[in-house]
Amino acid sequence: MTFTPDIQAFCCHYTSQQTIAEGKEGLKQDGLPENVTFNRVVCTGKLQVSTLLKAFEEGADGVYVVGCPADKCHNVKGSQRAAKRVDAIKKALAELAVEPERIEMFHLERGFHPEFVEAARFMNKRITELGPCPFKGEAQ
Amino acid sequence: MIIAERKPVDEIIGMVSDARKVLVLGCRGCVTVCSAGGEREVEILASLIRLGMQKQGKQIETIEGTLVRQCDKEYIDAIDEWDGQYDAIVSMACGVGVNFIANLRPTTRVYPAVNTSFFGGSAEQGVWKEQCAGCGNCVLHLTGGLCPVARCAKSLMNGPCGGSVNGRCEIHPDVECIWQSIHDRLGRIGNAEAMNVIAPIRDWSTAGHGGPRKTLRDDLTI
Repeated sequence: MTFTPDIQAFCCHYTSQQTIAEGKEGLKQDGLPENVTFNRVVCTGKLQVSTLLKAFEEGADGVYVVGCPADKCHNVKGSQRAAKRVDAIKKALAELAVEPERIEMFHLERGFHPEFVEAARFMNKRITELGPCPFKGEAQ
Repeated sequence: MIIAERKPVDEIIGMVSDARKVLVLGCRGCVTVCSAGGEREVEILASLIRLGMQKQGKQIETIEGTLVRQCDKEYIDAIDEWDGQYDAIVSMACGVGVNFIANLRPTTRVYPAVNTSFFGGSAEQGVWKEQCAGCGNCVLHLTGGLCPVARCAKSLMNGPCGGSVNGRCEIHPDVECIWQSIHDRLGRIGNAEAMNVIAPIRDWSTAGHGGPRKTLRDDLTI
C-alpha cells in the first residue's frame, strides 16, 4: 500500500515570499511535492512549541520549519528561537518513542532558491520512509 | 524563587495512563518565571499527553488551567470551577503546590509534572543557578552575602577545602569555588578579617533534618 505523508511546513514570510509567488502550478513544475502544506508566519521566532505540536495532533506525519539563516534573520534571532523550539520537540518526541526526525529545522536564504523545494522533497522522502506517524495510533 | 524542570513526558503519561480526563494545572508563581509550569507549559504538556495517549490508541481529555498560586489555600479553591470535569490532576507547580492540592482534595488523584530542583536565580536567559539551600539558619552576613551552604559542594563553613584550583571547585570545575569568591568579596568590602572567625559547629536542626518545618507568625494569624 502506498503511503503519502501529510507534511506541514511552517515558513517565515521572508523565506517563502518569492517561492509562494510561483503559485501552485509553478511549484508543482519546480518539483515540490503536493502533499506538503505551507503555513506562513510573520517570523519563525513567533512559532510556539504548542503550534507545532498541534500540527501533529491534527494528523501531520512530518513537520518542518523554514527560517532565515541563523545569522541573517530579519528579526535578528527569530530563526534561532525557532530552531531551539524544534529541538525541544525533537526531545519530547524521543521521550514518547517517536522518531525525532519527524520534525526538522531548515535555515534558508530569502528569495526563490532550489533549496526551498529541496527541503520539501527531503522531508517528503524521509517521512515516506518512516511511514505513518505513530501518533495516529499503534493499531495502524 | 523555586526552580523546577518538567519530568520526561513518558513518565507523566505513565502516571495518567488510566485516566480519561485530566486537569493539567499550572501555577503563575515561580514555575512560570522559570518556564517549567506556567500557562505556556500547560498548553505544551496537555498536547504531549494527548499525543502520547493517542500513540497508545487511547483517548484522553485534557482541561488546561493555571492558578495564581498553588501554594496558597486561598487560590487553590479556584479549582472548584473544574469540579466534576476530571478524574486526575497533573500539577505543574513545585512540590509545594502538589502537596497543597493533595492536602485540600483528599479524594483526588494528584500527580507531579515537574521535578522541584532548588532555590535559585536566573543567571542569564535559560540558565538558573542555586543560591540558597533554605537551611533555616542564615550566615550570609558573615560571608559577604554568598552562601557556602548552597554554593559549596561540601557545604563547608570555615573556608575552602583545599581542593579548588584557580578559583574553581574540585567537584564541579565549571562552578566557582564559593569560598574563593567569599574571600575575594570580603576583601573588596573591607571585611577580610571575617575570614579569621571560626564558625562553631553548626546546628542543622533548622535545616529540615528533624522533619517538616513550620513558621508561625502570631502577628498575622487570626
